[in-house]
Parts: sequence; C-alpha cells; structure tokens
Amino acid sequence: MASQTSLPVKILVPTGMLGSGFPPETVAAGIRLGAQAIAVDGGSTDSGPHYLGQGVAKSAAASVRTDLEALIPPAHAAGIPIIVGSCGTSGTDSGVDWVASIVAEVCQAHGLAKRVARIYAEQDPGDIAVRVEAGLTRPLPPAAPLDVETVRKCDHIVGLMGHEPIAAALEAGAEIVLAGRASDTAVFAAFALLHGAPPGPTWHAAKVAECGGQCTTSPHLGGVLVTLDAGGFDIEPLAAESACTPESVSAHMLYENADPYRVIEPGGQLDTSQARHIALDQRRVRVEGSLFHPAATHTIKLEGAGRVGYETISFVGIRDPMILSQMGTWSEFLEGYLQQRLREVLGLAADQYQVALRYYGWNGVLGDLEPDLSAPKEVGVHFTARASDQATATAIAKIANPLLLHMPLPGMTHFPSFAFVTSPAEVERGPVYEFLLQHIALVVDPDELFRTELEDVK
Amino acid sequence: MTKKRLADVATQIRAKNAGPFWLTLDVFLPDAAAFAELLGKALTAEKVAALYHVAAADVSIYPMADLNVVKISMPRPFVQGSFEDRDMHSGQQHVPLMGLSWH
Repeated sequence: MASQTSLPVKILVPTGMLGSGFPPETVAAGIRLGAQAIAVDGGSTDSGPHYLGQGVAKSAAASVRTDLEALIPPAHAAGIPIIVGSCGTSGTDSGVDWVASIVAEVCQAHGLAKRVARIYAEQDPGDIAVRVEAGLTRPLPPAAPLDVETVRKCDHIVGLMGHEPIAAALEAGAEIVLAGRASDTAVFAAFALLHGAPPGPTWHAAKVAECGGQCTTSPHLGGVLVTLDAGGFDIEPLAAESACTPESVSAHMLYENADPYRVIEPGGQLDTSQARHIALDQRRVRVEGSLFHPAATHTIKLEGAGRVGYETISFVGIRDPMILSQMGTWSEFLEGYLQQRLREVLGLAADQYQVALRYYGWNGVLGDLEPDLSAPKEVGVHFTARASDQATATAIAKIANPLLLHMPLPGMTHFPSFAFVTSPAEVERGPVYEFLLQHIALVVDPDELFRTELEDVK
Repeated sequence: MTKKRLADVATQIRAKNAGPFWLTLDVFLPDAAAFAELLGKALTAEKVAALYHVAAADVSIYPMADLNVVKISMPRPFVQGSFEDRDMHSGQQHVPLMGLSWH
C-alpha cells in the first residue's frame, strides 16, 4: 500500500449499512469504473441503546453474509481492499468478532486467502474512569461533565476511531479491514488520505457517500463511486438510471446532522460552508472548496450504554365509540386507579418503578406534543412497566391487566371488555439499556484507544 | 389576511435523530420567495420551542438559501431510547412543526 500521493483515487460505497442489501451489479459497475477500494459502514446508534448495551447486532447474520458474498469475491478478483466500519451495529469487540466469523465463512466457501485486520474499539470502563479523574474528558452538548459513577453504569463503552487505525491496518497489508466503532466518515476517509487526497474534499466526500446511494435521485438502485483529486471530488451513482445532482448531493449534508455545514471529526472540523457543487453532466457532480480545520487537540467521541432495569409490555385494542369519545377522561381514570392498585398490592414506592401508557391512534407517537386530540376511530393501548428486576416488571403488568381488560368510564354501570391480541397479554422485554455518554476523550495519539490484530484467513 | 400553515407551504418537512441526543428537522421550500417569507415572518426559535416544549435558547435555526431549505436542530426532548422516548429514530417528530402558522 503506497502512502505517497497517487491521485486521483476512486472509492466505491455500495450501501449505507452492511446487511441492508444492494444490487450486486453495483459492485461490478464500480470496479469497472476503476474503484480502488470498497468502504461500507456496518453500524449506527440510530436504532437505540439496546445493541451497544448488550453488544449484539441489529442485522441478521444471513443478511450480512449475503452482502459480504456480493463484496468479497469481486474485490478479491480486482485486488482491492474492503473496509467495514462499526462492525456489528454498535462496534463492540463482539461485533467485530461476529463480522470476522462471517468473513471467514465466505472466504472458506470461495477458497479465498485474505489478510484480515480486526480493529477493536471497546473501552474498559476502569480505563475511562482513570481518564475522567485525570480531567481528560469533555461533555458534548447537551451533556454535563462526565463523572466516574456514570462511567461505571455502562455495560459497554466504545470510542469512535478516526481514519488513523484503519489507514495503519491498510499499510500493514490488510485486504479486509473490520473496524469496531468508527466515525461513519473514517471508514471512507482512511484509504483516500493514505493516497494523499486533501482532507477537506476527503471528509466532505466521506460524509456525502457514507449512506451509499442516499445522495442520489434513486437511493434503492445501488451505491456511488467517488473520485478524489487535488482540487476536490466527483461523485456518481453506479446505476445507469440514477443520478447525482447538485441538489441531491448538497441535501445529503442535512441528513442526520445537527449542523448542515460543520462536522466534527477526531482530528478537526469539516467545513462545507464554502463548497461549490457543479453538475458535470446529467448524473455526475463535482464538489470543490470543502475545508478541513485541524484541531489543536485530538478527540475521540465515546458512546456508552448501561442497563437501567427490566421491562414488560402489553397491548390492548379499543374500538367502542363511547370510550373513544372520552379518551382523556378514560385514560386519566385508568392511570389514577392503576397507581392506587400498585401501591396497595405491591407496596412499591414511586421511585421503584415506572409505567407508561401510550394510546396509539390518539396520542401514541407524540404524547404531550400531540396537537389533535379529537375522538379517534380505534386505539391501541401500549403499556410498559419498568422495574429493577423482571419479576417485578411482570407483576406490575399483571396488576394492570384487569384494568386494561375492563376499565370503565366514570359512572358507567357495567364493565366493558377490550381486545387483547395475545395470551398471555404480557411480553417480557428482558433487560433494557440507555445511552449514558455524550462525551469526548482528549488523546495524544489517535491510535491509543484502539487495538489491531492481523490474521491470514484461508 | 389569511392564515398560512407550514404544512401547506413546504414541499417536504422531515425529522431525524442527529445522534442519540439531538433532534434535527429539515424544511424544504418551493422557492426563494417562500424561503424569505418563512424566515422573515414566521419562523422563530420561540415558536419552535413552544411546539416542542423546549427552551428557545436550545433551538438552532440554519437557513440554507442556496437550497431553499431551513434546518432546525435542538436537543432531543427525551434522550433516544429513554423511558419517556416514543420515537426511536425521531422519524415522526416533524409533525408538530407542520402546524407552525402565521398571517
């Protein structure tokens, strides 16, 4: 792997998420156009804290295997590397090992020998606590400064690596790089920076391309190819019927970004406020003028999730127009009586449990923000109980059950009955987790929180 | 003067998480006139704060004139996946903003 300047450099991004599927032709099309590396993200926090809290993947193994089957043999034939970031959804060590095991299966099935790098991003809570005590962490808005107690509540902590550990693995000869938690952009940027691409265009291209075809006019048709040179980057879709337009490319900077012009990376800040988007033709866009402002101190973002209890849920349907015409009255009557029953039967103090009632069809999605509380046609009542152990959560749900089955309106002379869809009505959700960290660690060496292992897989 | 609603003026309004702690809203407008009208008359941090039950100081508004887009970001009213959260991806949180109205 050459670390000297060798531009232009071409990188293929087949999809925004390994395991989400893409047309296999997208890989062949990118390689035909001269792709020198394939970069694909394998994770996100977007589906919630469970995956990091438990260290398990959101994707099915079969779908990750299907995508790797579409990537590894063509990349091997073309002699180009594959870089996967945030393996196993949350980028825990177990996620890296899980994707590595699927890579090994695919290599074995196709008789391919590959040098595979695993880059681990998981952090020992004890080590992070030492950094907290040394004053080497900072909060990101809207968090408060980090304390050791919060760190110790985390079941898993990961650091978001920048491009440096990935670039080092490529320089060490890795043909497949399986990175733990990494910034979405680092997965793409590593190969480009290694080839001497300028940092402004590289990080901008990485942000635009990280979701694959989402910056095109037809995201479902496949991925994109990015060509970086000394002055900027070109981006094009890999499906002939799709297009990148100045609007589709610039609009993607909005996506999942709080600030549309600035993205903070471990080594500095991408600034696209001066970027110009130029249509090269009907389906290719060139971007110039992207800036990267290096930071004085290298920072690694930390993500952590910890168990906060156990939950049991149940779900019941209401279709009777009489009840539905008075949802506000009925829900208050139900919730008041439920609190009374929980005190009487379980003797629980208010801080020992939480219950939530969400009335889907009436205010289920928006809660207190719901602007329209007119009478609905049908309501699904979603009940959640949380307690410090599963048995208590289920006991709460069982005490709620007869109320959810028969709760009348005040003054009614009979008990109505509502529509449960399952028996038993209660579903145990097991342990539940919350995100506890929104902080960065100050580091001297960009690699110091990460560990790389190289292995020849046959 | 007739009352205008953002839902009737914008071509698209969407919401999404920007990480577990932030909510971001994108308002796509049909032309420069609609963009100027919204920013000039209708859209203030105070109005957004009232729709989302957050403090006005926490609401950031980013006008993007070249796209006729306005981005609005704020800390999530509830952290993603916390007990009070009802929308894991913030995917439906554009609906309160649809009701933004002005004369």
